[in-house]
Amino acid sequence: MAKGRTLTFSIFRFDPQVPGDKPKMVEYQIEEAPGMTVFIALNQLRELQDPSLQFDFVCRAGICGSCAMVINGMPTLACRTLTSKFTDGKIKLMPLPGFELIGDLSVNTGKFMREIAERLKLWLHPKVGDDDIHRLEAPMSPEEAAKLYELERCVECGVCVSACATKQMRDTFVGAVGLMKIARFELDSRDARNAEDFYHVIGNQDGVFGCMTLLGCQDNCPKDLPHMQQIAYLRRKMAVTLV
Amino acid sequence: MKLIYTDSLVIGAGLAGLRVAIASKERGLDTVVLSLIPAKRSHSAAAQGGMQASLGNTVKGMGDDEDVHFQDTVKGSDWGCDQDVARMFAHCAPKAVRELANWGVPWTRITKGPRQVVVNAEKVTIEEAEEAHGLINARDFGGTKKWRTCYTADGTGHSLLYAVDNKAISMDIPVHERMEALSLIHDGKRCHGVVARCLITGELIAYVAKSTTIATGGYGRIYEVSTNAIICEGVGQALALETGVAKLGNMEAVQFHPTAIVPVGILTTEGCRGDGGLLRDKDGHRFMPDYEPEKKELASRDVVSRRMTEHMRKGKGVDSPYGPHLWLDITLLGRKHVETNLREVKEICENFLGIDPAKDWIPVRPTQHYSMGGIRTDATGQSPQLKGLFSVGEAACWDMHGFNRLGGNSLAETVVGGMIIGKYVADFCEQNTLEIDTSLVESFVGKLQSEIDELIDGEGTENPFELKQQMQQIMMDYVGIFRNGPELEKAVSELQDLLKRANALGLKCKKRHANPELVEALRVKRMLKVALTVAAGAAARTESRGAHAREDFPQRNDKDWLNRTLSSWPDANSLSPQLEYEQLDVMKMELPPGYRGYGIDNAIAHPDTEKREQEIAEIISQLGPDADRHQQQAAVMPFDVPDSLKPKNERLSDTLAHSSTGEIAK
Repeated sequence: MAKGRTLTFSIFRFDPQVPGDKPKMVEYQIEEAPGMTVFIALNQLRELQDPSLQFDFVCRAGICGSCAMVINGMPTLACRTLTSKFTDGKIKLMPLPGFELIGDLSVNTGKFMREIAERLKLWLHPKVGDDDIHRLEAPMSPEEAAKLYELERCVECGVCVSACATKQMRDTFVGAVGLMKIARFELDSRDARNAEDFYHVIGNQDGVFGCMTLLGCQDNCPKDLPHMQQIAYLRRKMAVTLV
Repeated sequence: MKLIYTDSLVIGAGLAGLRVAIASKERGLDTVVLSLIPAKRSHSAAAQGGMQASLGNTVKGMGDDEDVHFQDTVKGSDWGCDQDVARMFAHCAPKAVRELANWGVPWTRITKGPRQVVVNAEKVTIEEAEEAHGLINARDFGGTKKWRTCYTADGTGHSLLYAVDNKAISMDIPVHERMEALSLIHDGKRCHGVVARCLITGELIAYVAKSTTIATGGYGRIYEVSTNAIICEGVGQALALETGVAKLGNMEAVQFHPTAIVPVGILTTEGCRGDGGLLRDKDGHRFMPDYEPEKKELASRDVVSRRMTEHMRKGKGVDSPYGPHLWLDITLLGRKHVETNLREVKEICENFLGIDPAKDWIPVRPTQHYSMGGIRTDATGQSPQLKGLFSVGEAACWDMHGFNRLGGNSLAETVVGGMIIGKYVADFCEQNTLEIDTSLVESFVGKLQSEIDELIDGEGTENPFELKQQMQQIMMDYVGIFRNGPELEKAVSELQDLLKRANALGLKCKKRHANPELVEALRVKRMLKVALTVAAGAAARTESRGAHAREDFPQRNDKDWLNRTLSSWPDANSLSPQLEYEQLDVMKMELPPGYRGYGIDNAIAHPDTEKREQEIAEIISQLGPDADRHQQQAAVMPFDVPDSLKPKNERLSDTLAHSSTGEIAK
């Protein structure tokens, strides 16, 4: 196989647990291989050049959402970013803003997502009476099931949060991920909550009325979720509830 | 020493672990889950295709029931499974699907009336019953008589994991994230918890519990190319192995999935073939009917993987810089189907291959996929050797998969196994008291601390990343789809060399907190022992059964090998596991060993098979013609599940039979 071009990675390095450590950018060079992704490159860098480099991958297939980072200024999933996409061979990696930094490119999105789930109660609140698992299940319209799945494809990668100006300015804003999940349960006919219940958690500046409609969430979502459509829908629904 | 006490401790926050945690919490037990990563990132999320359960709602599933699911599972296992467990599983699977619907899973539902599907490369119209409208749908998968695999598009694992984790959050079950369990605390008879290391701060924490459940998934990453998430490194199996007491079962049973994309090994679901996709060679020829005229692309996974390898060995593979591959063709399903029901597949093809699977063929080849082996448990999920140690899901050898797992039975095992074993875990916690011997706990914490000190301060020079790569290469080259004696012996001896070298690991990064190199070093020694159980078990098993295919012993030998391999590591300094065998008793089987339905029937029969078949015939005839299938089953092979799971499963066919309209779909 022909020798690949040389890629230059400029990577954010900072260990918040080392007293006095200062954030800095460090350059690494690596030979590109066919089909190389940022996942492959980072692992090679760690194995061959710097074993202290911190980053997160789990599925390496765009399914689990653990590897979001800012690549050349855009938040996205690193596992499915092909290095060939960058014609000048220069790739700058920064951690996702808006989350607790664990070190280098690793941020604690899990802690954030669990907190938002607890705060907004992001689980099905079933209507009573259909929990006999030995009997035929309650029917659901095929269209509703398909729509629910469409809204449920979020992988909690955190890209929407890091790409949201409102969130960056106001820490208490729930962000697109929280609103998308509310929209998913609002649509679910099995959920007992009504618009008024949802109003209590998102009918304010920290919820749908805080969104400035800058579209960062929708533009960057790796799963192409219809964030703005759902936020607009919820906003209308909340506005009506208010009246 | 930091010590955390709980009743039910669960290691692993995938579907199996979370389901056990929920079962514990439902009974009011204090429950803690440890996880390397946030729960929703677990490998369970990657399951695309679906979960088998004999609901029998769709017209192609009519007539399905627990009996058919049980038979498919046993045949799929190549008679290597525990039939009691397969029965427990088949009985509870419909309950688990329905429970998940109640927890929020938006299962794909049936639309009444005609719909077009692709069967055997032809468009066929099937008509769903009026009464089935809105009930849970099912798709076709390999090795099943009926369409039984329930799904949500091709993101079934994602939907299930999110629903189950949401349920766990709603119950306030704590998940201690970025926490790696590294040794079990035990006294040789009873397990008392684990010592875990925080991957952020590096702190060692002792978790002491009445019950400890290992639900850490499989050990696919001991292979170089695997469909598994990169965290599936077998550390859970190593935890049990390192006790020297607990045993692992059937570690040599490793499944290769036929259709992972080349070169990266990311999975495309079996749903591709289930929905009508075809396999083609370099000439565009559909070759599976030449080998398996009856089941074609939908033969069992081990069979399809071997046929593909055979075909590539004949020079029919497509040449690529990464070696030969074949094509998966889903273009005949049409763009709409690909973009709705196989959406994840489409995304993967776009992002990693730059192709559009609605018009281009997908380059695929068989790739390590599933670990049938694992921590050996009894039917209640408990280790027979170490009380209080439970295991569930892919981490365990429970053992419903035997030597080959059917597609759709792994996702099912996580939640069904978790549902059943979770209740036994809760029973155990209620029936046993906690024993905290702090000197015992301290000794295990101290041992791990010394291991870490030695790695950080020692004079070793071996590189953990390098050792791991060499191990993965050995497994790939010598313990793959087709195996033979000389190569397996070579694998064992080379792995032993690596294990020796692993005693001299040296680290460049000296941090005691978040340190990826330290994490790797702690894992690689453990992984090497797991890899040795696989290679040594495979070398010793001189027959072919399910996914374990010996070129030098092509027959399934029921006479000598109708047994389960047990491996343990009693002497920590030894370079080999201790192997022994647990016999499967034909006289207790509901389905004695027979022809599996692929290729020529070359099995060497077990002497008891005929005897048992006669005995079963007698039992059935004594019951008389009035006995229903449940009574017959109970007479032949009674099995037990927790009381709350005992009721029969209702099916659409039952309600149709009782309805006054009398219109029963065929």
